[in-house]
Amino acid sequence: MTERRHELRRYPWQVRDSGQLLLVVAAGVWLVAAVAKTAAEGLKDPRIAIAFGALIAFGEVLRLNLPGDRESAPIGFAGALAYALLIKVSTHNVQHSAEQVVTVATIGMIIGALPHLAVGRPARVSGMAARLLCIACVAYIFRPLAGNTYVDKYWGLAFSLMTSLAVFALLLEAVLTALLRVDEQRARFRVALVDEVRVQLPLGAAVGASALLIAFAAEVMGLAALAVFTAPLLVTQVAFRRYSGIRATYLQTVRALAKVTEIGGYVEPGHSERVSRLAVAIGRELGVHEPQLLELEYAALMHDIGQLSLPEPIPGGATVLVSRQDQQRIAELGADVIQQAQVLGSVAEIVRRQNEPYRDVDSVPNGSAAHVNHAVPAAPPLSSRIIKAANAFDDLVGSSLDPGRAAAAVQQLRLDTASEYDPATVEALSRVVSRRSVML
Amino acid sequence: MGRLSRVALIYIGAVVVIAFVLVARGPFTGLSWQYVVFLGILVIVSESRATQLRQGQLSWSSSSAAMLASVVLVGPVGAAIVGACTALGVRRGPHILQRVFNTAMYALSAYLAGRAFLALGGQVGLPSQKSFPGIIGPFAGAALIHVAANHGLLSGVLWLTRPPGRTPSETIGAGVGLSARLLLSDIGYAAYGLLMAALWTVVGFFAPLLVLIPLFVARWAVAQFAEQQKAYEATVGALCQAVETKDFYTRGHSDRVSRGSVMIAREIGMRGERAEAIRYAGMLHDVGKLGVPTRVLQKTGKLTEEEYAAIQLHPMRGLDIVREIGFLDEALAGIMHHHERIDGRGYPMGLAGDEIPEFARVLAVADAFDSMTSTRSYRGARPVSEAIEELRKWSGTQFDPAFVDAFVAALQRDGWPRPEPPVLESDDLATVAAQDHDDPGAPLRVIDSL
Repeated sequence: MTERRHELRRYPWQVRDSGQLLLVVAAGVWLVAAVAKTAAEGLKDPRIAIAFGALIAFGEVLRLNLPGDRESAPIGFAGALAYALLIKVSTHNVQHSAEQVVTVATIGMIIGALPHLAVGRPARVSGMAARLLCIACVAYIFRPLAGNTYVDKYWGLAFSLMTSLAVFALLLEAVLTALLRVDEQRARFRVALVDEVRVQLPLGAAVGASALLIAFAAEVMGLAALAVFTAPLLVTQVAFRRYSGIRATYLQTVRALAKVTEIGGYVEPGHSERVSRLAVAIGRELGVHEPQLLELEYAALMHDIGQLSLPEPIPGGATVLVSRQDQQRIAELGADVIQQAQVLGSVAEIVRRQNEPYRDVDSVPNGSAAHVNHAVPAAPPLSSRIIKAANAFDDLVGSSLDPGRAAAAVQQLRLDTASEYDPATVEALSRVVSRRSVML
Repeated sequence: MGRLSRVALIYIGAVVVIAFVLVARGPFTGLSWQYVVFLGILVIVSESRATQLRQGQLSWSSSSAAMLASVVLVGPVGAAIVGACTALGVRRGPHILQRVFNTAMYALSAYLAGRAFLALGGQVGLPSQKSFPGIIGPFAGAALIHVAANHGLLSGVLWLTRPPGRTPSETIGAGVGLSARLLLSDIGYAAYGLLMAALWTVVGFFAPLLVLIPLFVARWAVAQFAEQQKAYEATVGALCQAVETKDFYTRGHSDRVSRGSVMIAREIGMRGERAEAIRYAGMLHDVGKLGVPTRVLQKTGKLTEEEYAAIQLHPMRGLDIVREIGFLDEALAGIMHHHERIDGRGYPMGLAGDEIPEFARVLAVADAFDSMTSTRSYRGARPVSEAIEELRKWSGTQFDPAFVDAFVAALQRDGWPRPEPPVLESDDLATVAAQDHDDPGAPLRVIDSL
């Protein structure tokens, strides 16, 4: 189920891999150096190393999918972070070096990834590399300080140092993941970072707190702390799994039910899916944030749902060929349907206004361009403008992959930017479409 | 809560008085007030962020961790004061009497837990490394007493204030599933009370904060899940309705079939995920009907072979639509086979008897029943009793007798709300079907081919 979703989200016009490669190589080089040094010096405190390695592997087995096709390994990350921040186990001052932290974390991650590979799931090396880099940074900063007499003497100093390093590691992970997403999905960095922090914040807080708890509690209760403080994180993870599960089912259901219009012969097969993909790509190009992007996707999928209320399908199904009144009627009916759900108010609004022209020249007397900007009420929401353009584009091009036809359609929309289509949206559409032609 | 019986009032009064007397008796000497205040604030915060479990009735919060920590750190009287801080939780809703009772209940159970801790040889105060593992025994006893007292007192009040008309077995039945889960989470929270107290020696006042963060996040995720699930249901409902608008006589059909299927499922002991899945299967069972051309659905008189084939295909079309949804496979099978008959003369595959998936056999009964009891263009709604007779008549040929019996039993106990007769508005775009493919009393007629 997850893999399929992943495939669906990988559009042909996305150029991938350069950033991922860089990240993996960086982590790899660091790793080789660390393993070599650890091997030369020998493993310090092997019992503790094995316990933490096992926890990291366990966490990696229990990876978690978060909304928006993200993957995280909260327990593994917390375990590795705790190992990097460990000072004492019972009364024993731990001796391990930063290199050893990196080595143990890597081995744990690799062992934990094996079951995923065995059942044919992707290993997701880039995510692992990002986590490893964060752990490595924290370890290289903190390990030399762990034996320091001041840190040992003043627990307040140790506490604030460890807390800030945990926060730092989580932020760094958000930045790295955001960079990967920029590369993968052509999003803007600032937008991607804000989205990333918003999604990761709750779980990140739990991960950071658990890592600190493990590190501190090891002093009181020894290695039992690992099991004890992993438990709440396990509960958290179960709750998050159910949450992302229902989010995924939600999206699948709207996607599936949007196909109802196709099966009823109201629209061309694949129309809703294509419009929604194109709309989301345009939205990303324009820097729309993830929650709004999701609303845009829902609205785009359901933009033709109003046609179900028509007694007979419109011949050919292309809404662009119907009169403006009929289009407006379909949009209203569709919005009413969505309004029934009560929770999708803004989606209904987007669908309701999907046909409104960007600037209504007709409503202005003598329709001269000078009046236009002032006399017209607020333009429809950005999402409506995006759907309007994507819908018109798909009506003109359909499932055809001919770049010439696509270029002609973009040109036709561009000619209409004086009133019908939002110029910025059409330009974004043009960029998305031209990327797609390059790929073909 | 509404009006309470005299017994309920006496019960609540007794709990409040006992709790008050025990706390007021003291002793207050040697009580570390700074801990009491800090843990009290913690309880208030936890209570204010409690998750509502049932509308206006039960709620669930992590405050028991703080109360158990106070058992170790400040002893029984201190713990009771900390427990009483629940009264100050900022929360919308609960009735004043409910709030007073909750306060007394928490104070009383915390006090009893504190007594148990002392009786089992626990030492009040900051635990040190030497306290482990000796402290675990007394603490486990205290936690058990706390949970038991809490649930006991709560069950008592729920029992005495149960809505009239609910039989005793139902009240307990509904309560048991819920409180079993609550009990587990309470014991978990209680365990974190000890950890909180233990960590206090290392990080001081930060201990409870660190311990509570993961628990808060877990609860947040649970709440998010519940919210998403509600949104999801509303959306599926709205989309199903959109599908039904095409034929206005069948409006509400999906919803009612869903309800009927759940009634059968409950009656035969289906629970949890499966009962949930059959609800969605009921809602979505007819989405494939959109693939059938309107003129076929509307046609009066006999159908040609081709037209009949188009109708027979609708379960497959439905499956095509919902296949991508990550439902249980059983729900998908139910949608695909809901028009199979026990005697093997159904469609689309002509399965017979046990070959037909269980979900499909359940859906078939609810589907036919709703068709018969709602108004159609060619007849009025038939009374429930008549529809039951009809179900029994076809039981064993069209329907699975076990599910017909289960449905009848559920109907006789819970009743069936009469669907509102459809009102045709002048600008309604809906069309009117002249026959209903679900109606066993008026089966589709096909022109005999030669």
